[in-house]
Amino acid sequence: MVNKLIKEDTKMFLTGNEVLAYAANAAEAEFMYGYPITPQNEIMHTWCKLLPKTEAGFLQTEDEISAGFSTLGGILAGKRAFTATAGPGNVIMQDAQSMAEMMRIPFVCAVMQRGGPSTATVIYAQQETRLTCYGGNGEGFRIVYSTAGHQDLYDYMIKAFNTAWTYRFPTYVLADGYQGKMREPVMLYDPASRGIKMVPTTTALLGEGKIGIDRKSVHMRNTYNMEEELMEVLDSYQKDYDKMAEEVAEYEEYKAEDAEILIIAHGIVARSARTAVDELREKGIKAGLFRPITIRPLAVKPLRAAVSRAKQILFTESANGQLAQMVLEKLYGLTTPYSTLFKMGVGVTGDDLVEKVESMVKSPAVV
Amino acid sequence: MAEVLTLPPKLPKSQNAEVGASKFCPGCGHGITLKALANAIDELDIQQKTVFGCDIGCSLLSWNYMDLDTVQTHHGRTTPVIYGFTRANKDAIGIAYMGDGGGLAIGSQHLVNATVRGERMLIVVVNNTNYGMTGGQMSPTTMPGQKTETTPYGRDCSVTGKPAKAAEMVAAIADPAKSFVARSTVSNVRKLQSTFKKALKNVENGGFSFVEVLSICPLNWRTNNVDTFGRLAQMEEFFEVKEFLVPEGLV
Repeated sequence: MVNKLIKEDTKMFLTGNEVLAYAANAAEAEFMYGYPITPQNEIMHTWCKLLPKTEAGFLQTEDEISAGFSTLGGILAGKRAFTATAGPGNVIMQDAQSMAEMMRIPFVCAVMQRGGPSTATVIYAQQETRLTCYGGNGEGFRIVYSTAGHQDLYDYMIKAFNTAWTYRFPTYVLADGYQGKMREPVMLYDPASRGIKMVPTTTALLGEGKIGIDRKSVHMRNTYNMEEELMEVLDSYQKDYDKMAEEVAEYEEYKAEDAEILIIAHGIVARSARTAVDELREKGIKAGLFRPITIRPLAVKPLRAAVSRAKQILFTESANGQLAQMVLEKLYGLTTPYSTLFKMGVGVTGDDLVEKVESMVKSPAVV
Repeated sequence: MAEVLTLPPKLPKSQNAEVGASKFCPGCGHGITLKALANAIDELDIQQKTVFGCDIGCSLLSWNYMDLDTVQTHHGRTTPVIYGFTRANKDAIGIAYMGDGGGLAIGSQHLVNATVRGERMLIVVVNNTNYGMTGGQMSPTTMPGQKTETTPYGRDCSVTGKPAKAAEMVAAIADPAKSFVARSTVSNVRKLQSTFKKALKNVENGGFSFVEVLSICPLNWRTNNVDTFGRLAQMEEFFEVKEFLVPEGLV
């Protein structure tokens, strides 16, 4: 057990990376495995600084491959363990993330997106959306929360542990360096004070009981001999995933009920979109926002309903339509025309969106 | 007619009797190595606190071979999974079991860093001088001149560099005060078993252990019995069989 630092509601002015470390502690996380890469470093800096008080564990590994796999080792030992990464680190950690999918290991990872491809820029992008949802050589049996600010970072980091340990799919908090490096006021709280009970961890290897007396030895494998044998396992995972999706999918609507132009955005871009919606409404333009919070799985029914109500859709991202691609697949059959504002690796401001929506009023989208 | 005497095979307690006969290719050294390892675990009576990790490649076939809590991981990744485990469970004795490809090529960064950090675990690299499971390609330890699928005319060291000497490398960077580093061979099973015993005892004492096991692969080597052990004898000349590091006081 670790010592929880936040015992009562405490308002602090923190960077997002600091918030994530506090949130992991509030969630009773016992171990962090990590490797330096910008812009997520301060998560482990904060975690390490707090160690004398929390009495949690930390290992600085040799690379993200190791950070991912050693996190899996810690989880198999029954610890609520996690890691964090970004950009190229997220790329090479896919190996471990795939193993977590295959073996249903409750892996938790904070991804603070930076620009890509490859080294690119170090602070901001939304270009790891697809990678985080569908990376690895599998089917994307993952749960991804996309946060839009510091309170989200705190709330969803706590939630990520419970989601992972409840459903046993790898679970992510997907943010970016803007959120990680920026300071904002945030309310830290003990999850118990909000009625949140942490899902107890279980020990996969060297758990209770003696081998040969109380139980058989545990043999976990990551390999299958026959194609059909694998498909049987994956079919059961898909069934679990579909059932879970209904319980886990989250979204936020902002003035979307009567919106004629519906902006679809996730993460920090959704925050710009809120500002734009207010400004556009003041100008008499009925704009609204649909923000998927879980970008995998998507809240499909509310998404389709909101899109059906609108006259036009605007997809906007700091990427070239990575979310849009995932969303459009779920909108099959709907005919609402859409336009796009994609800025690869660059922030989208409220002004950008106001200008874009105004142009859509003048010359409506036809696609 | 002579009476057929049926005796149950004498399996170590830490070997999984349910698996039955060896799952490895005929003549493979993994069965010998795993039996020696299981016997060493039995001798130290540490079955209940040992966590066994195996790689992919031929070593993955050991995923249910031992009567130990086991996780079969991914190519080269057994080492981080096991030290991730033993960092989180201070009572566990971790074993990462892999081949020369997993240990010295795709997972070499983990071997180097686990050694330098003195992770509390035993790393076993079974060296049969080729990638067996994938069909016999050159590995870091392929002998000079040895024919493999990717060196069909023999390993040319002027192109590929010389074979990697794992135990020497590990010994050079390990902390001598707490590391046990040895090279052993499947041609001397008793010695192999006692080497594992020392290695595991050292881990139980909080140290880091590395054992390279010179092993045989008649299938990919395309050798008969005589030639197989002839080849092993050549390997034993090239790769010195000895204890490189033994912490003071390790019995």
